Amino acid sequence: MTLGFFLICFPIIMSLIIFCIRVNKIRNFIAYLSTIIIMAAVGVFTFFWVKNGSQIMQLSIGEITEAVDKLILIAELILMVVVTILCFKYKKYWISLLSIVPTLLIAYFELFLKNEADTDIRLYIDHLSILMCLIVGVIGCLIVIYAVGYMHGYHHHHIDIEDRRYYFFMILFMFLGCMFGFVLSENLLWIDFFWEMTSVCSFLLIGYTKTEEAINNSFRALWMNLLGGCALAVAIVYFGIKAQTVSFHSLIIMGQRISDHSDMWVLMPIALIAFAAFTKAAQFPFSTWLIGAMVAPTPSSALLHSATMVKAGIYILFRLSPAMAGTRVGLMVSFIGGFTFFAASVIAIAQSDGKKVLAFSTISNLGLMVACAGVGRAETIWAGVFLMIFHAISKSLLFQDVGATENSIHSRDVEDMHGLLYRLPRLAIIMFIGIAGMFLAPFGMLISKWSALKASVDESNILLVFFICFGSATTSFYWTKWMGKIISHEHTDEEKVRDITKKNELISLIVHAILMITLCAFFPLLSKLYVDSLLMEMFGTYEDVLPISILYILVAIIIFVFAIPFFAYIASKKMKTNIKLSYMNGINVGNNNEFVNSFGDPKQVWMSNYYFHKKIGQRKLMMPIQVFTTAWIVVLLSMIISSAI
Amino acid sequence: MKAIICSLCYVIFAPLIGGLLDGLDRKISARMQGRVGPPLLQPFYDLNKLHNKQLIAVSKSQTFLMISYLLMMILTGALFYAGYDILMCFFVMSTASTFLYFAAIVTGSPYSTIGASRELIQMMAYEPAVLLACVGFYLCMGTFDVAKIINSVVSPIVYLPGFFIAFVFILTIKLRKSPFDISTSHHAHQELIKGLTTEFGAKNLALFQLTEWYEVTFLCGVVGLFIINSNPISIIGAIAVVFVVWFLEILIDNCSARVKFDLMLKISWIVTLLSAGVNLLILMINR
Amino acid sequence: MSMVKKSPWVLHYDGSSCNGCDIEVLACLTPVYDAERFGIINTGDPMQADILLLTGGINSQNQAVVKQLYDQMPRPKVVVAIGVCACTGGVFKECYNIIGGADTTVPVDIYVPGCAARPQAIIDGIVQAIDLFQKRSDEHELLMKNKGKKADLKTKENNNSSDKGNEA
Repeated sequence: MTLGFFLICFPIIMSLIIFCIRVNKIRNFIAYLSTIIIMAAVGVFTFFWVKNGSQIMQLSIGEITEAVDKLILIAELILMVVVTILCFKYKKYWISLLSIVPTLLIAYFELFLKNEADTDIRLYIDHLSILMCLIVGVIGCLIVIYAVGYMHGYHHHHIDIEDRRYYFFMILFMFLGCMFGFVLSENLLWIDFFWEMTSVCSFLLIGYTKTEEAINNSFRALWMNLLGGCALAVAIVYFGIKAQTVSFHSLIIMGQRISDHSDMWVLMPIALIAFAAFTKAAQFPFSTWLIGAMVAPTPSSALLHSATMVKAGIYILFRLSPAMAGTRVGLMVSFIGGFTFFAASVIAIAQSDGKKVLAFSTISNLGLMVACAGVGRAETIWAGVFLMIFHAISKSLLFQDVGATENSIHSRDVEDMHGLLYRLPRLAIIMFIGIAGMFLAPFGMLISKWSALKASVDESNILLVFFICFGSATTSFYWTKWMGKIISHEHTDEEKVRDITKKNELISLIVHAILMITLCAFFPLLSKLYVDSLLMEMFGTYEDVLPISILYILVAIIIFVFAIPFFAYIASKKMKTNIKLSYMNGINVGNNNEFVNSFGDPKQVWMSNYYFHKKIGQRKLMMPIQVFTTAWIVVLLSMIISSAI
Repeated sequence: MKAIICSLCYVIFAPLIGGLLDGLDRKISARMQGRVGPPLLQPFYDLNKLHNKQLIAVSKSQTFLMISYLLMMILTGALFYAGYDILMCFFVMSTASTFLYFAAIVTGSPYSTIGASRELIQMMAYEPAVLLACVGFYLCMGTFDVAKIINSVVSPIVYLPGFFIAFVFILTIKLRKSPFDISTSHHAHQELIKGLTTEFGAKNLALFQLTEWYEVTFLCGVVGLFIINSNPISIIGAIAVVFVVWFLEILIDNCSARVKFDLMLKISWIVTLLSAGVNLLILMINR
Repeated sequence: MSMVKKSPWVLHYDGSSCNGCDIEVLACLTPVYDAERFGIINTGDPMQADILLLTGGINSQNQAVVKQLYDQMPRPKVVVAIGVCACTGGVFKECYNIIGGADTTVPVDIYVPGCAARPQAIIDGIVQAIDLFQKRSDEHELLMKNKGKKADLKTKENNNSSDKGNEA
């Protein structure tokens, strides 16, 4: 359908236009207009698809197929040149190899080895693609609206950084277009192009501030993602030669139909694509790029590194999961995912920088989703899809909120958010909603854990059961202590902080919060209406993942969790409570903030959370984790590749 | 229908059972220490007195958070005794504990905050064992539903001894008994005055006490769940085992000193991993 | 009338004493005398205590502390001054830093003299304090009930007077 094509091309064209406009007010207006058009387009796209019966649609683009294929090839070569130039400019020569080798390999394959009689289906639209389009369209556009206001405040504050907002927004829009292309593509060569494009967009955005740290971190992100791209290229070429097709779904179907030893070669491209997904989804050992990406301005963290780009890796793994179930690839993927889930949540406990906590929690949640994909059962994919939806909304909400808070209080350390509820009430309440959505019962995360636990037991995946049990304990620790920080009584009598959050930032935040609450309240409905059909398409069978009794309990619990505090609040309002000073052994100065020291002078109270950074900090744990996970991947990949040859 | 009756019985009788168990606890501890001890109904007198005091708080939000804590805990027990999904019950209980944490930390008082942080560490220490116990039930019974688990032919403990040990181990943490009573303790003022409950006066403390009784009844129910099978006589066996476990907790409480939180975390996780883990492994292999 | 005297919780604070009376107070709470059989618990938290036991004299440093602890206790409450230093300042009454006994800062209900006060006297004092606590609690209950009645009465009066006004 042309709308699909429009979704891919329009943002890219808009990005180029935006690059040329240097006047802020006009560019902002065009940005708003474009986001509204994109959101409307996504809405209309979904509507028409649902109206046509929500069927799987495999579309070709007719006579221009070959021309578009050639265009994509040329674009990929241009990309390779751009990356090489940048690598040489910043003297990171070896990284250019990671771009040149796979691109030339793909080019050679496409020009000489490709099967001309291959199918010309280019777009594949089903429940999962529509879901991804919705996530990218709605959340991505909201973040762009947020970014307009945020970047204004950002440059106002950081005067030392060159104002290249036209460039920033160009890349944001380019990225949106590439994501649409990525999730709608059926042809593996197209997928490879859009994959590389998202890697390069991420690279360019991280290096936006052009400080030395930013440049180093951006190159680290680049080489890790390009390494994944290499694996992807090798997988595509191998599959293309052996199966004489580059259709993504043929790969998946062949993977599901492995019956005897001669079919085992299919596992190799699947394993390599899974490896590429690891780099994109920042699993251990490839997590450091995501941590380093936090130096970029907040909208890029929100868009790329939590809500959308990393979901590209998850999307690929979800697509592959029916083929991975019960195989060595599934074992590799589920272990890396589960281990990442647990290890990243342990390190997150030790972080006090708000964005770092969010980064590690992103890695952790992605780990759980990856593990769900690796197990490959309908129940885990059900859990994974919900995790993905909830995580996208709440993580982008939290990143935006932390960014807005940083603009107001000039710090993003969680310790400085002590008593935020009394200083910046709106932002604090939204932050509270976001964090609650991440882990409290009965919201999405929790029911996903329920389902994932059940499925892991069914699949006899013992390690994953342990990872989920221990990881869930550590996860609730670092989220709850952050929530406690926000509502805790404020100890300093600082003058009121000025809430300088711009209107458009607030709009985005509030829409996110409303979406979050609505989803929490209505997700049993969502499960019945949408996700079940998604699973039906993927697995071909329809088992009721969530038994009816659980659904009813869930609805009851949701109602209680919303109603009980509400009614308790109303009831307690009527009670005449006598307010006492907090207990400080009788030496409370009288304002709950200070106590009398031994000289008789008032001394400030300062309460901090536990971080344990000497025991479980990043510095201590990162190295052993990376060694361990690298060893696991190397061992399993070698086993898979050797059995394939 | 039966489910609703059971839940109602729980809602009405759990405070009585919890209070009696609490009184028995104090009496037995006193006798172990060579004293006479308070009367058996002392916890009810305490609750009555707290109820009759002037309503105080440090922060206005404390009361509604404590009421929410109480109601969520009642919901947990009600779900359990109605025979529903045990994993969901524990998830709801973790939400209830979060409300308790909020009620303590919203005051910003030093003792309360440290007690609350330690409470979080306690939650982190016991959660794996609790989740693994549910997994154990699922493995051997094929379902999370309590109503179906109690109808099994063989008592679950035959298959789940390791899970039982892990669960009883972390019961020490949940019941706030030495050596794991790091966040708040039943005894006279310790290193953190009253830790988590420092800023709870009168009514709020009464709510806390009441919720503890509901929680105790729920946890004892879970311990009994390991023993109950379709034979009605097993109920007597379950009650006996619950009393034995309860006595063991009191004994450990009186014999040990409090440990630091990192030791508590390490020990509980190691015990969970070893006993529940090995049990899980054996069950999975024999499937 | 609820039996609150079955559960009197005690807060012990030592002002500027020689610790003799403190040790005697703690001796009362040990298993030898076993105060717990009366439901007495030594809490450290004023917000959860009913009876404040004060030992030692009041000086300028601890005067504010005693006042704060007393204020943090919810009503109904009872104060017991134990030992002659807490009653009147005792042997140190004329010292430059001692302001006097506990009644210079908080209203004391029961005085237990002695230097050091013996456990038997202390227990006698506490028993009287428990009875006083019950009495205060009953008064408090009545007050709370009357507050509710007073509010109703006031609205009734207003309605009556408005009727009268209309008649006239």
